[in-house]
Amino acid sequence: MTTLPDTTQPGQKKLGLVIDLDTCVGCQACAVSCKEWNTQGYSAPLTDLEPYGPDPAGAWLNRIHGYETGDGDNARGLHFPRSCLHCETPACVTVCPTGASYKRAEDGIVLVNPDTCIGCKLCSWACPYGAREYDQDDGVMKKCTLCVDRIYNENLEPEDRKPACVKACPTGARHFGDLGDENSDVSKLVEARGGFDLLPQMDYKPVNKYLPPRPRRDKAGGVKSSPLETVGKGDGSLAERVFSWIDEVLS
Amino acid sequence: MHPAYSVILFTTASGAGYGLLALLGLTGASHGSASDFWFGAVSMLVALGLITAGLLSSTFHLGHPERAWRAFSQWRSSWLSREGVLAVATYIPACLFGLLWVLPDSNESLLAVLGIVTAILAMVTVVCTAMIYASLSTIRAWRHWMVVPVYVIFSIATGAVLLFALASVFGRSGIPALGVITIVALVLAGLAKLVYWISIDNMKPIYTMGDATGLGGDVRQWELPHTSENYIQSEMGFRVARKHAHKLRVIVGACLVAALVLVWAAFGFEGSSAPVFAVLAVVLSGIGAVVERWLFFAQAKHVVSLFYGEQSV
Repeated sequence: MTTLPDTTQPGQKKLGLVIDLDTCVGCQACAVSCKEWNTQGYSAPLTDLEPYGPDPAGAWLNRIHGYETGDGDNARGLHFPRSCLHCETPACVTVCPTGASYKRAEDGIVLVNPDTCIGCKLCSWACPYGAREYDQDDGVMKKCTLCVDRIYNENLEPEDRKPACVKACPTGARHFGDLGDENSDVSKLVEARGGFDLLPQMDYKPVNKYLPPRPRRDKAGGVKSSPLETVGKGDGSLAERVFSWIDEVLS
Repeated sequence: MHPAYSVILFTTASGAGYGLLALLGLTGASHGSASDFWFGAVSMLVALGLITAGLLSSTFHLGHPERAWRAFSQWRSSWLSREGVLAVATYIPACLFGLLWVLPDSNESLLAVLGIVTAILAMVTVVCTAMIYASLSTIRAWRHWMVVPVYVIFSIATGAVLLFALASVFGRSGIPALGVITIVALVLAGLAKLVYWISIDNMKPIYTMGDATGLGGDVRQWELPHTSENYIQSEMGFRVARKHAHKLRVIVGACLVAALVLVWAAFGFEGSSAPVFAVLAVVLSGIGAVVERWLFFAQAKHVVSLFYGEQSV
């Protein structure tokens, strides 16, 4: 059913990810492990078309962008993983004409039933975050499942019952947990670091949160940047004038 | 947004079909049985044929057309589902009306009720089609109060030109009321589209790349997540027709004006040339509607483009 479950009850479980933009190094390990797990799991197949051809294409559930903010000394680059945010009011679910797209009442995970999806693509139009990709070969919509086939999987060791992307992250930039429980580790992390929503004004109420990059260390009195071209102390001494003459001759 | 041919064909063909069907229903309700069996039968077949062709073409872009029947289930939340339900529901009164309308000595009050019900359902179906787009907050040019009126008036205008042409072919081009309705509908369609275009051109951006990434302020893209175009870019980042937008808008306007002049001419020359003018008017209004619908898709910017380098939408 594509009408949304009532998730406003206190204590409602809201499973999701917290992504740390400060420590993400853009290594793509999360995207690759996501692809590897999900092409054989719930979302299988995650088709690639002409993967070794000149113009490869395919469905991925996690994409890592690179952005730059600030100017001059304040400029910084950062990596930005983008996947389904498992919103509390996801229009991708309510627009679905078949009921293939649904939000689970028990944990808030947004899923697509691959057996009833007709591939009309309307859900991807309704998502502001580009979280849904159409699998041309399979003819249905694919999206992040929060590794629903891992997190409850009793065939896996307890420490492996996490989304593949979280397990793969080498810098611990991805955290998984219940964001509906204010005492959970992820909720405390969001509180401590000022975690934020993407496009909050659109009112989709994303469950996943992003942690902002920490302030630059040089601003905090650490390493100073100095121009590399300056030679010596700039005091006009004989040694400096000799070096300056050599520099001119060699230039 | 990527303009899928099947969706453009669907919205324009079924739109014209529903417009024609609604006008036929109102004609039957106000004038009783069809004055001529063949005029009635051919008009009903054209209306239902266009609707059916449109609905079928809308399944062509589906990944699994064989599962299309499932789309009737979620009418509580989905405008696409509501549209499917109403499209099928409209066939029932429409077929009954068509049958009674072309047969002689039908019960006039029953005919009137069926005609009005058919007309209402036809227009509500067009409203549902428009609401599929107008309900998406991710595309600001679609979540606009003019989208539903434009879909309805284009449906009526293209349907009226069709009815006018059918009447002309069957030797009835001189009906003043029909000529007036057709011309007024064409003028209103042109004006409504003009108001819509002016309005979306003056829309101030409200979302920025800083909002999308949550980083605030000036954010620039320095690396794409993938080396070749992905689904999000080809579906939501379509921009080919945008650069020709002005010329295409002029073409839409010229088609509507030409159709109007041809209807006027057919109205004046109540002879053998009238059907030729009227059929030409159908072709031109059809081209105008298709180009208008193409622009409706191609000019619409999706919020997700903020993640792919668009600074604001």
